[in-house]
Amino acid sequence: MIRFRLFKDKTARLSMLGITILSLGFLLLIGIGLFYMSLPILREKETWKLLTSSNWKPFKGEFGFLPYIISTLHVTFIAIIIALPFSLLTSIYLTEYATEKIRNFFAPIIDLLSGIPPVIYGVWGTLTIVPFISEEIAPHFVEFSSGYSVLAGGIVLSVMITPLLISIFCEVFGSIPKEMREASLSLGATKWQTVKQIILRKSMPGIIAAIALAVSRAFGETIAVLMVCGNIPIIPSSIFDACYPLPALIANNYGEMLSIPSYESALMMAAFLLFIIIVIFNAGSRLILNRIERRYHV
Amino acid sequence: MKLLEEKIFKALMLISAFVIIAVVGYILFTIVSKGIGSLTWDMISKGPGGGFYLGKEGGVLNAIVGSFYLVIGAVIIALFLSIPVTMYINFYLTKTSFFAKTVRFSFDILFGIPSIVYGAFGFAVMIYFGLKASLFGGIVVVGMLITPIIMRSLDEVARFIPRDLIEAPLSLGATKYEMIKILLRQLMPGITTAVLLAIGRGIGDAATVLFTAGYTDNIPTSLSHPTATLPLAIFFQLGSPIEEVQNRAYASALILTIIILILSLSARYFSRKLSKNKV
Amino acid sequence: METVNLDQVETILENSIIDIMTHSDIINPHIRVEGLNLNIGENHILKDVNLSIPSKKITCIIGPSGCGKTTLLRSFNRMHDDSPNVKITGKIFVDDENIYDEKAQVISIRKKMGLLAQRPCPLPMSIYDNITYGPRIHGAWQRRKLYATAKHYLSEVGLWDEVKDRLKASPGHLSIGQQQRLCLARGLAVEPEIILGDEATSALDPISTRKIEELFVTLKKDYTIVLVTHTLSQAKRIADYIAFMYMGKLIEFGTTDQIFNHPQKQLTKDYISGYFS
Repeated sequence: MIRFRLFKDKTARLSMLGITILSLGFLLLIGIGLFYMSLPILREKETWKLLTSSNWKPFKGEFGFLPYIISTLHVTFIAIIIALPFSLLTSIYLTEYATEKIRNFFAPIIDLLSGIPPVIYGVWGTLTIVPFISEEIAPHFVEFSSGYSVLAGGIVLSVMITPLLISIFCEVFGSIPKEMREASLSLGATKWQTVKQIILRKSMPGIIAAIALAVSRAFGETIAVLMVCGNIPIIPSSIFDACYPLPALIANNYGEMLSIPSYESALMMAAFLLFIIIVIFNAGSRLILNRIERRYHV
Repeated sequence: MKLLEEKIFKALMLISAFVIIAVVGYILFTIVSKGIGSLTWDMISKGPGGGFYLGKEGGVLNAIVGSFYLVIGAVIIALFLSIPVTMYINFYLTKTSFFAKTVRFSFDILFGIPSIVYGAFGFAVMIYFGLKASLFGGIVVVGMLITPIIMRSLDEVARFIPRDLIEAPLSLGATKYEMIKILLRQLMPGITTAVLLAIGRGIGDAATVLFTAGYTDNIPTSLSHPTATLPLAIFFQLGSPIEEVQNRAYASALILTIIILILSLSARYFSRKLSKNKV
Repeated sequence: METVNLDQVETILENSIIDIMTHSDIINPHIRVEGLNLNIGENHILKDVNLSIPSKKITCIIGPSGCGKTTLLRSFNRMHDDSPNVKITGKIFVDDENIYDEKAQVISIRKKMGLLAQRPCPLPMSIYDNITYGPRIHGAWQRRKLYATAKHYLSEVGLWDEVKDRLKASPGHLSIGQQQRLCLARGLAVEPEIILGDEATSALDPISTRKIEELFVTLKKDYTIVLVTHTLSQAKRIADYIAFMYMGKLIEFGTTDQIFNHPQKQLTKDYISGYFS
């Protein structure tokens, strides 16, 4: 009887360990797999050229990733610029000023915002942001814009990363001990001064980590951005131009162009690029956030 | 001066909080007002009929059912992976274990990997094995996407299991495996919350299923059939030049939003219950 | 010429009559601790503890908080097995079997001892399932037998009449005192020989505390009972033997009378009279 129970225990332990190791290996597997599949193009062309050329003519065998990389960076940059002040101010408000009641009111809203699927954001963007840009904003600056643009992508993305930023900011601010606030307040500082000089300064690493996470989320966002960006492989010259971020490139072309082998490999390389950048950003920010002791639940 | 600054920034904070609420309201309002007009009973009770993509009758039942099939399968896979991992690192390993930290860390990273990478990688592997886009492929890839989500929220609750509850069965002479079976009962509300969150994420994700699950007008009857999914139904219908079809995309978006709303609210309900139910 | 006070004479006389005993005088101890050292990381928590616990008596371990009494108690049923950085050397014999021997089977050792924790911790299942959980994992399966077990042990802790109509209900609705008795019954149902109590009444109200104490006194005819307590009055009320610990060392062991009325060590004297706690 005891022997049977111990046997069961041992079997359970070993299979759990097995599954754990398996899933640990999964991360490596994705990385190695993507690298392996992008090898053909990496062998064929110089990596540096691939990254810095803006010639994208798959049928002639030219694969310059620059327009896609620039597009991704543009869209992400705009998204962060818009989302950062709003989420920072809101998080400060929620942790430092708001009452319990307001916080409880806000929680499900943030939940919902992070729960809305990308495709819904895309629908919303095409219905509201895109026409608004083409009819109201762009005419002041450029002759013509369809609205499907860097700016549209940036705005939609900024809404999508806001809940992520707010929840990490709130965690980071919340991890600062109460005594520090009280010490500052008792010296006659106003609440805002306390926030500025104590809270923000102390949370700097956490804030940076949160931004890095948001950046990597923005890099990888596909459907919503694809729906509002226009998807023209040029280097955008203004924020009202269409653009073509990396994930959209993969989504639009993968699965269809498999007859051209180096094309497939080029798309895999795009995926590999995304993977590497995002893993690096994630690893860095998780290291920082884990050091701030609490666990972050995003 | 000090007070003026305080006032300005407080006003700015209030404004940004209101902006966020307003944006959420605006998104919901847009989806509802655009979708409600075309949201008929047919939309949710019928699959696409003949000439559906030209604006004739039919609905997106194929996509609704397909999405649920897909996500249920994915949740099963994800639970099968994430429960053993969480139990192992929390109850077989010690708090300071380097291995446990490594596992957590790599799940944090898996959590951050975008769905398009999962989708592209998954499809490449499927091609390698000669598999066609199918319900099975979609299930596996969405399963990969939501495993880290479930694992992380499970880990969150497993960490806070009181020591007494771990020791009670052990002191009665239970093996660790028997103890874990007890702890899983205690974790039930946590698992439910995690699953609801993951369903929400899985059901709404388009990039994972874009290549791997395919698209079809029929409700799949086998794992090897391709399947329609709601996000792709929205995406494809929206791409149509015909107005009726576009309107149906809005109605489908409304359906998806309602599903997400229900999931999000019930997840919150269960996580509340979780905090109340501590023995 | 020195005058001798009559009181002093009495004390001197009494001291000479009383048998000063130590733990090595215990014949057939149920638990025998030999040279036990326990480290957590750099901290030396238990320092060369030697102790014998008499069979079918109540032994209370007392001492100021942080003295290692709970750590000692938990080492009796190898509860430190899963704690990181814990290093144990020395031997603990239970029924003449060294429980830290490599061949020792931890689940059979734990089955021999019921542990009553500081706060009651019912398992997330019904009252009935709580009681029968132990027997079930150890192989009992006949319904009638399990029911009889549940009834027997619930009666033994005086809970049967209070819960017999809601055996299938969750124990969450019981009072905290009832929950603690439920936990005691759950521990007894695996038929242990020893009951370990880790400040088992510290979370309870005085009436529930009294009930548990009375239970211990009745149970000692069948079980060896070891209790960690930080209330001296509790030790005085129910203990047969007392072990006094300080800073990880066992300072003194003796009968309750000896420790309270004729302590041999200055430290014990100071602790008993409340100089420190």
